[in-house]
Amino acid sequence: MSDVSEQVFVDQSGPDQVPYGRPLDAEVARPVSEWRRFLRIFFQRKLVVFGVAVLVVLVVVAIFAPWIATHDPYRNDMSKALRSPSSEHWLGTDSLGRDTFSRLVYGARTALIVGFGTVAVASVVGMILGLLAGFLGGWVNAIIMRVMDALMGFPMLVLALLLAAVLGAGIHNVIIALSIATLPAYTRLMCGETLSVKENEYIMAQRAMGAKSLRTMVKHILPNAFQPTLVLVTSMLGNVILAEAGLSFLGIGIKPPGVAWGSMTADGYRFLEAHPQLSFAPALCIMVVVFAFNMVGDGLRDALDPKLRGVL
Amino acid sequence: MCEAGPRGRMLEVEDLYTEFKIDQGIVHAVNGISYAVDEREIVGMVGESGCGKTVSQLSVMQLIRRPGRIAGGKVWFEGVNLLEYRPNSPEMRAIRGGKISMIFQEPMTSLNPTLTIGRQITESLELHLGMNKKEARARAIELLDQVGIPSAASRLDDYPHQFSGGMRQRVMIAIGVACEPKMVIADEPTTALDCTTQAQLLELMLATIDRCQGALVLVTHNLGVVARYAQRLYIMYAGKIVEEGRCRDIFYRPSHPYTIGLLNSVPRLDEAKGKRLVPIWGTPPNLIDPPARCAFYPRCPERTERCRVEPWPELKPVEGEGHLVRCYMREGGRGA
Amino acid sequence: MNEARATETRLVGRPQDAEVSVAVPANDVILKVEDLRMYFPITRGLLKRKVGEVKAVDGVSFTIRRGETLGLVGESGCGKTTVGRCISRIYQPTDGRIWFEHREISKLAEKEFRPLRRHIAVIFQDPYGSLDPRQTAGSIVGEPLEIHKMVRSKAEYRERVAGLFAKVGLDPALMSRYPHEFSGGQRQRIGIARALAGDPSLIICDEPVSALDVSIQAQIINLLMDLKEGSSGLTYIFIAHDLSVVKHISDRIAVMYLGRVVEITTPAELYSNPIHPYTRALLSAVCVPDPDIEATRERIVLEGEVPSPVNPPSGCTFHARCPEATPACKTTVPKLTMVAEDHEVACLRVAEAAVKEEQ
Repeated sequence: MSDVSEQVFVDQSGPDQVPYGRPLDAEVARPVSEWRRFLRIFFQRKLVVFGVAVLVVLVVVAIFAPWIATHDPYRNDMSKALRSPSSEHWLGTDSLGRDTFSRLVYGARTALIVGFGTVAVASVVGMILGLLAGFLGGWVNAIIMRVMDALMGFPMLVLALLLAAVLGAGIHNVIIALSIATLPAYTRLMCGETLSVKENEYIMAQRAMGAKSLRTMVKHILPNAFQPTLVLVTSMLGNVILAEAGLSFLGIGIKPPGVAWGSMTADGYRFLEAHPQLSFAPALCIMVVVFAFNMVGDGLRDALDPKLRGVL
Repeated sequence: MCEAGPRGRMLEVEDLYTEFKIDQGIVHAVNGISYAVDEREIVGMVGESGCGKTVSQLSVMQLIRRPGRIAGGKVWFEGVNLLEYRPNSPEMRAIRGGKISMIFQEPMTSLNPTLTIGRQITESLELHLGMNKKEARARAIELLDQVGIPSAASRLDDYPHQFSGGMRQRVMIAIGVACEPKMVIADEPTTALDCTTQAQLLELMLATIDRCQGALVLVTHNLGVVARYAQRLYIMYAGKIVEEGRCRDIFYRPSHPYTIGLLNSVPRLDEAKGKRLVPIWGTPPNLIDPPARCAFYPRCPERTERCRVEPWPELKPVEGEGHLVRCYMREGGRGA
Repeated sequence: MNEARATETRLVGRPQDAEVSVAVPANDVILKVEDLRMYFPITRGLLKRKVGEVKAVDGVSFTIRRGETLGLVGESGCGKTTVGRCISRIYQPTDGRIWFEHREISKLAEKEFRPLRRHIAVIFQDPYGSLDPRQTAGSIVGEPLEIHKMVRSKAEYRERVAGLFAKVGLDPALMSRYPHEFSGGQRQRIGIARALAGDPSLIICDEPVSALDVSIQAQIINLLMDLKEGSSGLTYIFIAHDLSVVKHISDRIAVMYLGRVVEITTPAELYSNPIHPYTRALLSAVCVPDPDIEATRERIVLEGEVPSPVNPPSGCTFHARCPEATPACKTTVPKLTMVAEDHEVACLRVAEAAVKEEQ
């Protein structure tokens, strides 16, 4: 036994007087497939599968809108106004004679651009602010978090309304308004995560090694604090699309001639008795898409939740 | 093992299997163990984390939750096989906390934070011994006093978070012995505590159990603690008992290569300067669908071709009363 | 350099240390800690009003010679980890001075101290929490090389990291694996390799084996001892609560209680001739894996519990639990007093005895 202790590669060779057996390292370091576990839990629920399917369809429709749409969604033709569904116009036409189905298809584009645009802007800005507030603490934290608290004071939609009213209608302004309105959620989440990741010994090790703050934040805190934001992003997508629909419904969202499900619902409202599909079709789209995003968000949360590890 | 008559025998576990079903397969946490505890005996259950020592004790108490299950075996206690009772049956509940009690490692998680300490003690007194509120309260004060909690009467209405770690563990001991159990299972009862507090509490626990004439199963990884207190030892590795015997036999005539390895790998307070530790190479085994051969094989300094191809050996007697070892290299009467 | 000289003279000038400084050539001292204090404020409310202090370390002094292993032992809350973190400047000490290689480092700004950080490495307790789960083992080990720009090319970097892996007994082929694929013992080896990367002269080992299984502990202890033997002048501060482990690895042991050092001596002396009542109780509380010895050892069971460092007792902080306390112990803070070569104790009764002897 004593000569064994002089060896350098202890774990690899083990007691060398006995020739059997494979290297111990190979036995111990069996890679664990986190990814497979993730997929298994994620797709465990039927509704998640449904959600993912809806999202795939939505993205495909949005990208290939010009090929899927049967008519030009912007072209007014008063002679064809308020037609009932037919083989020519699957969902009929609106009061300006525009094809409802084609408008729905283009509306998917708007919904996705606003949804992803807002989430991208808000999550990136929110994560940076949260990271700074959580890591640096002190007055940086105080300023950032008090501003966020102030923003949180307004209900999200009221704040978005206010901002949209100030900024004016239009897709860019809607994205800006909704980003500001949803910013506190990301900032607070990231700040909290940063605070908890910061407590880990590997962050302390960074300090002991002499790493600069920026390096520690970008290389170590961000990757480890990122997952909850991912979950928030998916569930926020639904909220944002709903909020955009709300703004458009109220007429301060997407400017005409832009197509949005919210404004379509509002436009069709006047003809609810004679042509219910004008309002109900876009409303149904909003509902299904928001529901799908929420389901995917829930599935993602379950699959990424470390507390459920071992239970599921 | 089973040759001793029922007289004086408190608990007898026969061929117990407990497994956990997880993503990667089935973990054979307890892989067929048999052991016995006599009346008023102090038995040490020694092994490293993941060797199944805790799971075996939880199985005896039927405290195994999904995804785990007891896959086979018998637990004889006072002439009945406890495993025939359902985990939540009134019979089993009467045993748990009444006749057999368990003291856990982490007092914070095993005390209910929303109930006062007094309530947690009186609860089992009322349940198991049929005391009324007043009697139970008086007894609870007496118990807390015995475990050295100052001004016990006034602290009865405090909540667990108002106690320090050591004090909470004292409360756990008080709860553990409240109903004067026949047997106490202490699972690493002092590992989370500091050295001097550990010593304090072990002495206290022993004295308290001694007072109610109970037996004690001391589950631990600390060889020093069992050397001091235990009369008999079971050494566990990978869900099996690899060596058992009287404490002195295990320490002075260790026979299984794992036991020998353990004894050589811990630094001792009384050792001379410059003595080098002899570690056990490699790492503890993976218990997911393990091969049928001896699980210590990959780390064993004495392994042979036979150990690789044949299944786990049986426990065979070696020198010393009741001293059994599970190793091919010790067959043929050769002691250590 | 002049500054260092000046510091030296100051050191020698202090009466308490005179003997140490004479016995050991001054340049052999790698680290000197003097009256170190670390108070953590307890704040309350939105405005972070200070309502009290946790006196985690309350006046600790010691020296470490080059190539020595100093064990810091004590129970949780005694401040041993905080001492380590003050030396590695993870915490900025409240008061006191620290000389590392004859340079006062306790007041240096982070910018000035950063280049020195590679010479003072830390090995952490938790082999799970101390490695970033999203980094490969190789990049964890190589991080100090990157931070201090110690390599010029990718090839040199890889070579250095592979060398470090081999040095701690890991297969360099595992460089691209992630921490969760390693066992606890192997993770601790990764932590040790990272500590070695900066070519440090002082390594602070903060409970490096207490989270490991018994059979793995010996591997890591042996590795640490081999690494020291294989290098010239590598110095360890070994922090642990397990007296057996500390005794095994250390050349000198400092026993801490409630933020102060109560006794410093060699392991042999500590075992055969412990003087401070707390040291004696601590020693007697440790069980030896040998039934015959255990049957004969006396056991000193202490009364009560470790008091809170928020409101430590006056005088000698141990007085309330001490079986030998005198009224003076409640009022006077005992100083470390030399009782023999390499044996210092902070106990009033020892000091009294010494005075009497002289008379």
